[in-house]
Amino acid sequence: MSTSQLSKPFTEGLAQGVLRYQRCERCGAAQRLARYACTACGETALGWHDARGTGRVFSVTEVKRAPTDAFKAMVPYTLVLVDLDEGARLMGHAPAGLAIGDRVHASVITLDGQPLIRFDPV
Amino acid sequence: MLVLAGENRASGQSRDGAIQTLAQVGDADFEVPNGASVPAYYALLASRYLHEHGLSEADLAEFAVLMRHHAASHPDAQLTAPITVADVLASKPIASPLKLLDCCPISDGAVALVVSSQPSRHDGHAVALTGAGQAHHHQHVSAIADTLDMGASASAQRAFAEAGTGLADVDYLAIYDSFTITLAALLEELGVCPRGGSAEHLRSGAFGVTGATPLNTHGGLMSFGHSGVGGGMAHIAEAYRQLAGRAGARQIAPRRRALLHADGGVLSAHVSLILEQRA
Repeated sequence: MSTSQLSKPFTEGLAQGVLRYQRCERCGAAQRLARYACTACGETALGWHDARGTGRVFSVTEVKRAPTDAFKAMVPYTLVLVDLDEGARLMGHAPAGLAIGDRVHASVITLDGQPLIRFDPV
Repeated sequence: MLVLAGENRASGQSRDGAIQTLAQVGDADFEVPNGASVPAYYALLASRYLHEHGLSEADLAEFAVLMRHHAASHPDAQLTAPITVADVLASKPIASPLKLLDCCPISDGAVALVVSSQPSRHDGHAVALTGAGQAHHHQHVSAIADTLDMGASASAQRAFAEAGTGLADVDYLAIYDSFTITLAALLEELGVCPRGGSAEHLRSGAFGVTGATPLNTHGGLMSFGHSGVGGGMAHIAEAYRQLAGRAGARQIAPRRRALLHADGGVLSAHVSLILEQRA
């Protein structure tokens, strides 16, 4: 299974405007990214769950040098890592000025047909 | 055994091509689609680092200034014009808090090493590779479980155990420096200085050519240059030359034991080596 197949519940969820994350069915640990096995206990039974979309900013950067033409049109843009209340950590876009520790809520935006997570202050 | 690496990273591709390559490093589904790239991933670690320790961008800038200062004495270094902390702070924004001078350049370069079971017959001291270790805790920045335990410490402990020595016996440091934050994070996780204390340690002079533990006396990735695999191997070449007493005009006071540490990915793939001078 490619990682993209593994991530399918996440990417399909985004296309439907839903944030999804994996949780271990044995120990309950929320996973980061898409996993074959639990990073806490090794269990391979991991279930996908819908997240509420609320969380707290773990880190933030304002990008001034974009890697592709689509993003060059957006410069500058803010990227954040957010710790969801359920325990997963997700990367997303955010408005300028967001700070570490801020409470945020997620929505899904679309750029060039690509659904992306956007976190806004609560 | 001959270990050889060379790449024309600067002249062999366009600037946009290089930037697009660096943008494919993250997780293909969770990170890359956001328009993130290697500098942005390290910037996310840097913003967290400055927040946790109450430090400023000027603290990180010190490392760029030191690497440039060291590069000035190396005839093969790419960037040798002196810079100040103010220059770093005023350089072009890339991904906050990182500016252009917080980042290594993209370079052409090559390094070759000969590793042998027999001591070198060259002039100078023989140098032995006495320990090696690795640690791999995560691949992508979103998956880092603990930014204070990213694998550097575990890797170095394995190398020290094999060498039968410890950090207290190290008197030369060769540490991967893709960005200023890379140096700060690695030096602190390796235990060279207290958490949040690497810039203050630098200002004390410890990492200078006359300090207790000179750091990257060739100028590191940030100023000697970063030619891919050869960029990291240049740290080994310089550590060898300093231990062997073959560093020519930039030879520092005799050194006995070097800790080399490098990471790949986003502080992901850690490797440590111990080099020791033999009589």
